[in-house]
Amino acid sequence: MAVVETRDLTKVFKEGQLGAVNNVNLETREGEFLVFLGPSGSGKTTLLRMIAGLETPTSGEILIGGQVVNDLSPRERRIAMVFQSYALYPHLSVYKNIAFPLKAQNVKKELHKAKVEWAASLLGIGALLDRKPRELSGGERQRVALARAIVREPAVFLLDEPLSNLDAKLRASAREELERFHRRVGTTTIYVTHDQVEAMAMGDRVMVLNKGVVRQLGTPTDVYDNPADTFVATFLGSPPMNLAEIGDVIVGFRPEHFRPAFTMTGDAAPFRLKVENIEYLGSEWIVSGTLAGGKLDGKKVFSRLSSAQNLQLAGMYDFAVPQRELKFFDRSTEKRVEPRAVSWQ
Amino acid sequence: MAKGSSRRIWGNVVHVLALGTFTILLAFPFYWMLITSFKQNLDLYTMENNPFLFNARPTLEHLNFLFTETRFVRWLGNTAFVGVIVVAITLLLAVPAAYSLARLSGRWGERLGIGIFLTYLVPPTLLFIPLSRVVAYLGLQDSLWALILVYPTFTVPFSIWLLMGFFKSIPKELEDAAMVDGLTRFGAFVKLVIPISVSGILTVVIFTFTLVTQEFVYALTFISSESNQMIGTGIPIFLVRGDVYYWGALMAACLIASLPIAFMYNLFLDRFIAGFTVGAVK
Amino acid sequence: MAVARSKIKSIGAAQSPLLGAAMFSPAVLYILLLVGGPFFLAIFYAFSDARIGNTEMHFVGLENFRSILQSPSFRVAIRNSFIFTICSQIVVIVGANILAISLEKAFCGRGIIRFLILLPWVAPISLGAIGWKWILDSIYSVITWVLVAIHIYKPFSAPMWLGEPHLAIASVLLVHSWRLMPFSTVILLAGRTAIPKDIPEAAAVDGAGFWRTQLQIVIPMMRPIISVAVLFGLIFTFTDMTVVYILTAGGPFDSTQTLPSLAFAMGIQGSDLAAGAAISLFLVPLLVILAYFMLRVAHRAEVN
Repeated sequence: MAVVETRDLTKVFKEGQLGAVNNVNLETREGEFLVFLGPSGSGKTTLLRMIAGLETPTSGEILIGGQVVNDLSPRERRIAMVFQSYALYPHLSVYKNIAFPLKAQNVKKELHKAKVEWAASLLGIGALLDRKPRELSGGERQRVALARAIVREPAVFLLDEPLSNLDAKLRASAREELERFHRRVGTTTIYVTHDQVEAMAMGDRVMVLNKGVVRQLGTPTDVYDNPADTFVATFLGSPPMNLAEIGDVIVGFRPEHFRPAFTMTGDAAPFRLKVENIEYLGSEWIVSGTLAGGKLDGKKVFSRLSSAQNLQLAGMYDFAVPQRELKFFDRSTEKRVEPRAVSWQ
Repeated sequence: MAKGSSRRIWGNVVHVLALGTFTILLAFPFYWMLITSFKQNLDLYTMENNPFLFNARPTLEHLNFLFTETRFVRWLGNTAFVGVIVVAITLLLAVPAAYSLARLSGRWGERLGIGIFLTYLVPPTLLFIPLSRVVAYLGLQDSLWALILVYPTFTVPFSIWLLMGFFKSIPKELEDAAMVDGLTRFGAFVKLVIPISVSGILTVVIFTFTLVTQEFVYALTFISSESNQMIGTGIPIFLVRGDVYYWGALMAACLIASLPIAFMYNLFLDRFIAGFTVGAVK
Repeated sequence: MAVARSKIKSIGAAQSPLLGAAMFSPAVLYILLLVGGPFFLAIFYAFSDARIGNTEMHFVGLENFRSILQSPSFRVAIRNSFIFTICSQIVVIVGANILAISLEKAFCGRGIIRFLILLPWVAPISLGAIGWKWILDSIYSVITWVLVAIHIYKPFSAPMWLGEPHLAIASVLLVHSWRLMPFSTVILLAGRTAIPKDIPEAAAVDGAGFWRTQLQIVIPMMRPIISVAVLFGLIFTFTDMTVVYILTAGGPFDSTQTLPSLAFAMGIQGSDLAAGAAISLFLVPLLVILAYFMLRVAHRAEVN
């Protein structure tokens, strides 16, 4: 039995317009870390809030633990949520913040201390219990928010972009902490983000959304190596997948698979590249330029190389993509199709 | 299904009930003023009549009386006159003061600003006795100029506080850029800051004007003759002849005097609140 | 190079406190002369025997204070000042919170409702008070009519709302609360909108129902704003003489006098400037206390 399930879930904010969320069907797996990934406006936060009970769906059903919860208030759904701003109660101490859900659910006062201390030790914030939220750093606040979420032992965690308010350096360690936390507690978690790196790193499965519609639901490998459509293909990966239209298909290849021809063995599709920009990032090089000759003349493409030896600006070089790494998409539907024979010479 | 929506319906009922009760309690006197203004005297002063109905035809006689046989129009004029001049004085004093306290004076400027705000807390009911002597000494008794002299004591401190908050919210870089471009500090103030601050200044204008119209103690103390009254004092005092209250005209006058102020106040409400909450609302 | 240096020099000069002082001196001077001066004059009068019309004036030490403190109407006035101020404040804080909660979410017609609710505060005090005087009239009061119509009172036996001491006190209390309610409501509303939306949502997810969220999370978070509303409300009511003057003129038999209205009655109407000044000085201690708390709230807001 799935912990969280939605059936044809739809939310329309304005009559006659496309919904923020359109007919989303999903089933979580026990204990998984599921990521809702998409650009802003894709509906991922609205979807999360509907599951939490903070927005009412226009149509469709939400089930938690097998029970239809559409008419239940958030407090009745056995969920816990961590907001982007953490939403810690500023006038309460860390202890009282964590104890608040227990108080609200009328848990006996004698049990509070043990539970709060258990949650605090799980997140390593035992020493902070007497402080107020404004005295804490960003990372500490995240831990308090998590402690407050876990103390009720909910059936599912909902996290709304909790890392986006942290500065870049802190984000990596906070992300790692979240992953460790998830492994320890094992509660089913739904995580919303627009950052595809976070999604790939943290997710057991990733659900890619755009304009309120699910584009693909799969493991990170699935969505990266086997994108279901051009949106998924270009949303994941940086720089995004190179796409080129030939006839009635779109051919795609990732920058890391687009390399100088002489480095390749085996079947490879050939290209001529005129180099226009070379960026050295330390660990790799990003080379961009335009293809020359044939149907793709003038098309801008990117390449990721571990070494840009000898490549010169404005130089013309032979590049290639391994045949098996070429992806094909139907030009009109933009959906992934079987490999075809195409030529662009 | 039932549980969720019944809870919502019940919540809505309570909400409407609470809101309705308060609105009626607060607005009722004005509704009553409206009805009374148009009721004939024999309807008003017959106890058996249901006061909520027009038992005789509505009449304009009170309005007529008000405008032709009382000094009401004159009082409106007096109030407008005093209002305009006090607004001008307030702006002249408060705008430069607020700017300098916001920008130029550092820490002790902050303290001075708080000191000025505190003077707002010295009430007219404390100062009116000595001020009555000052006014007499200056030969201004029974003159509107006495009010014009004294009213800025409560309009200026609050206006300074309001404008300080406003000026502080203008990014400093704007003035720095202007000064690098060649303006002096004062030039930047006049040519850059004031034009940007039009809405803040307008707020002060409206607020000052409403304070002038609402004031009672000084107007009561300094002005004695009927033709020099302000509306706040003329209406409750001079629309009573001997022991007789001309309620119809009285209520009409109250309404006419109150409503325009109410409209103006509503338009600028949010800014007034910003002034009162001294930054406690961030 | 030389140009840049001279530009920097001119900026430096413009930073000088001299310009600043020039800009705020007129206002400061005005306030010192017309607030500070009269304030000390009031103290001076309180220790003298000044009267309207007399040019002579002598120092009499504590004589004024002694006679005031012995006067029964003064004791009533102090008592009333506190009763009116504190009781109306309690009524207003509870009512304003409820109103602010009701007005928080947008709904059709909210603008009109807000306009109506604001009327008691924006109308000149004296005009609102005289409106109430008509509503509470001893013969033609609409309240009386309604109570007679539903048979709580027999005709002609309804009480005189402004004529009996206890009822008069209640009436003054009513009008003070009525006038202050919109002000506090509007300030509390501003405080509520400043609370981040996700805090009450977090409380809902944590399991708190509506009232728990309000009483344990939202209202405690509004403490600075509530303080401001209360402090201003206390000052406005404590220092007001208009409501009493219009409604009851201090009567019946001085039972509704307050410090400011008594100061006016004795100082201006009674021509005894010294007594009036002395009475009004009794406002100062409470105002000082309120000013202190006001500063504390402002300071804490700066710190946070």
